[in-house]
Amino acid sequence: MNTNSIRSYLNTKTNAAPFAVFRIFFGILMLISIVRFAANGWIEKLYIEPSFFFSYYGFEWVQPLGEWTYLIFLICGISALFISLGFKYRISIIVFFLSFTYIELMDKTTYLNHYYFISVLSFLMIFLPAHAYYSVDAWKNENLRSQQIPSWSIDSIKLLLFIVYFYAGLAKLNSDWLFQAMPLQIWLPAKYSIPLLGDLLQQSWTHYAFAWAGAIYDLTIPFLLLIKRTRIFAFTLVVIFHVLTRVLFPIGMFPYIMIVSALIFFDSGLHNRILEYISKWFRISKSFFDNGANYSIPKTWIRKVCVSAIAGFFMIQLLVPFRYALYPGELFWTEEGYRFSWRVMLMEKAGYANFKVVDPENNRRFYVDNTQFLTRFQEKQMSSQPDFILEYAHFLEDHYQQQGIQDPEIYVDSYVALNGRQSRRYVDPEVDLTNIQPSLKHRTWLLPFDDEIKGL
Amino acid sequence: MKKFAALIVTILLVWSCTDNGPSGPSPDDFDREAILVNWADNIILPSLQYFSNSTDSLQSAGAAFAENPNQQTLDNFREAWKKSYLAWQHVSVFQMDEDNQFQFTNSINNYPLCTAELNQSLPDDAQPDDKCKPEIKSYIEDGKYNLELPEQFDVQGLPALDYLLNGLGETNTEILAFYTSHNQSEAYQSYVLVLVNRIHSLAEEVKEYWETGYRDQFVNNSGNGLNASLDMMVNDYIYNYEKHLRAGKIGIPSGVFSGNPLSNRVEAYYSDGLSKALFMEALDATQNFFNGKHFNSTQTGQSLDDYLDYLNTMKNGTDLTELINNQFEIARQEAEGLEDDFASQVETNNSLMLSTYDKLQRNVVNLKVDMFQALNINVDYVDADGD
Repeated sequence: MNTNSIRSYLNTKTNAAPFAVFRIFFGILMLISIVRFAANGWIEKLYIEPSFFFSYYGFEWVQPLGEWTYLIFLICGISALFISLGFKYRISIIVFFLSFTYIELMDKTTYLNHYYFISVLSFLMIFLPAHAYYSVDAWKNENLRSQQIPSWSIDSIKLLLFIVYFYAGLAKLNSDWLFQAMPLQIWLPAKYSIPLLGDLLQQSWTHYAFAWAGAIYDLTIPFLLLIKRTRIFAFTLVVIFHVLTRVLFPIGMFPYIMIVSALIFFDSGLHNRILEYISKWFRISKSFFDNGANYSIPKTWIRKVCVSAIAGFFMIQLLVPFRYALYPGELFWTEEGYRFSWRVMLMEKAGYANFKVVDPENNRRFYVDNTQFLTRFQEKQMSSQPDFILEYAHFLEDHYQQQGIQDPEIYVDSYVALNGRQSRRYVDPEVDLTNIQPSLKHRTWLLPFDDEIKGL
Repeated sequence: MKKFAALIVTILLVWSCTDNGPSGPSPDDFDREAILVNWADNIILPSLQYFSNSTDSLQSAGAAFAENPNQQTLDNFREAWKKSYLAWQHVSVFQMDEDNQFQFTNSINNYPLCTAELNQSLPDDAQPDDKCKPEIKSYIEDGKYNLELPEQFDVQGLPALDYLLNGLGETNTEILAFYTSHNQSEAYQSYVLVLVNRIHSLAEEVKEYWETGYRDQFVNNSGNGLNASLDMMVNDYIYNYEKHLRAGKIGIPSGVFSGNPLSNRVEAYYSDGLSKALFMEALDATQNFFNGKHFNSTQTGQSLDDYLDYLNTMKNGTDLTELINNQFEIARQEAEGLEDDFASQVETNNSLMLSTYDKLQRNVVNLKVDMFQALNINVDYVDADGD
């Protein structure tokens, strides 16, 4: 591609309806997610009740704010509503991105790829004109109101979805998933009481069929959605796949978000019809927005910033999932480079971590009762993830220093079982964890996995 | 095509919104409900009935003693107490949160008992909050008791009887004196009655609760999910293993969590060396539950071992059932070498106690990591979304 074709692509325009529909549904689903989160009592349980929170490396300063944590959720919910309405869109999407990401950074116990997806998607949307059409902003501001927007704005949403699916598919190309049907072989039989499927889920061939179908689905669905002839078929698959995951696994709102997101691949005809329905319902004049105008970013420098930000964003998105290649050892075991890589549902990992405190002054030693400091959920997550174990060990060091042990040594007796393998020792029990500083370097204090999971 | 797709989509969406009900069709290949039936009918109900029978005898023996305190009634009372304490070890294994409404475990076997000696034994830097209250002797002599209050768990149940039967004095004569010549002997007599009555009425209450309805509810709730019987029971089974068998009976007295041995934290501390017998009984009961062995019988039925074997045939993994049973055996052999009285054991040769703890600890990993993973049991109280 030469500079000219890039320039001409950047100047291509497309109908804005798909993006307007995307914005409306995105905002509504986010609002529902926040309300559901609060209604389940999770704000209290996950962010207020615990006395200690696990931080992401470099984000130790992001902490829950006690009762004020509710306010962050309130702000997040209101900004989601404003996004849906297209009201003060730029500010709303920035506020949404910041508040949502702040929530996710408060405690990495709750890390989910879905939440990361929402964070990156909302970051991307900061730079896109989702409010140019069929929004409160466009209704009030004639200069903004545009029926045509740059193609690259819709295409960048498609590209992000493409990456999510395709990378999730690549991650499934490993021997555990394809040749052991792991972890599906553990998860599916336990779903024996699901109507219609319960018996089928007991069969070994079902596990393999699900594994292979899942991998093929993830790898091909972005293409099938892009190609016009296969689009309806692809969308039917999207619905079947995500509904199935909703039935089988507790994954909250994510299936609905993905189903609605996939609509953006359709032509504007469908979206214009959806908007007509909405218009009829709410007695909005859609034709008011159909002005045929082209959206143009008011200033050249803003346009340059937006385009470069998006280009940089995608470079990072394409590379970050492969950062694991910089580390030796088995990725699933060490989890070095596991998060933020669209590695979804690949592991069943359970652990047990028993911390020993030694006072070198008098050689007194004792074990820690984790429930004294952590919720069960936190303890579960901590026990099988090395960065959690280390962070907790440092927390224990501080705690026992306050209790009067001058220089406590902290050791951990830990076992981890991965994808149905027998549990084995995880952290080197001879290592005093207080001497290890958290970093992004390779963790030499983990014991080897002594098995191989082949593949990407 | 479009209409067909729309139809499929609608059907799927409706299906996705139906909650996975608590019960469902039983699959042909492995009947999980059979585990619940075996647990309920052959382990839980018989254990509760047996415990209730022993507390019935305990109540009569206690009443006979209170009415006429002498060496003979004391001996009978001790014998009945011992029998109840051993019977309790079987009940303790399957204590579920459901039974918590009766505060069963807290009221029957909460130890250490709160005594003045216990408070005196605390380290010098102990905070006022670390001291227990009320101390049993002054509590009895005050005479104002309501054992249903949570603050009173420390002065009742089988540990309180341990103290009243064995701990009031060095010799039998000294102990009997509290019920005969002591200026408050009537208070001691009546407290004995209050204790045995409460123990027996709780035993009856929980037994009847299971007999009159809860058994069916338990068995019918055979689905999967956080509130399914199997998930709840396995969670509570592990909880009892960790908290009561491993920590309570061995770990805490040997100082695993404190750094120095604490002999007065031993179960049945005042008794003439009953602690080991109680531990062995609890270990047996715990292993029997895992293997589905019927109460007081050599017959076995469906339980976790069979379920693991069934899942294992699909996974070509390690034989987890064998691993867990072997580890139970290793722990048992290690414990065989312990003295009858753990209090004296931790004071004379604590290292044997610590190594028993390690053997028990190893099975926590087998049960909590490997078994949980194999059964894909939901961990209690974690109901957040997954990936």
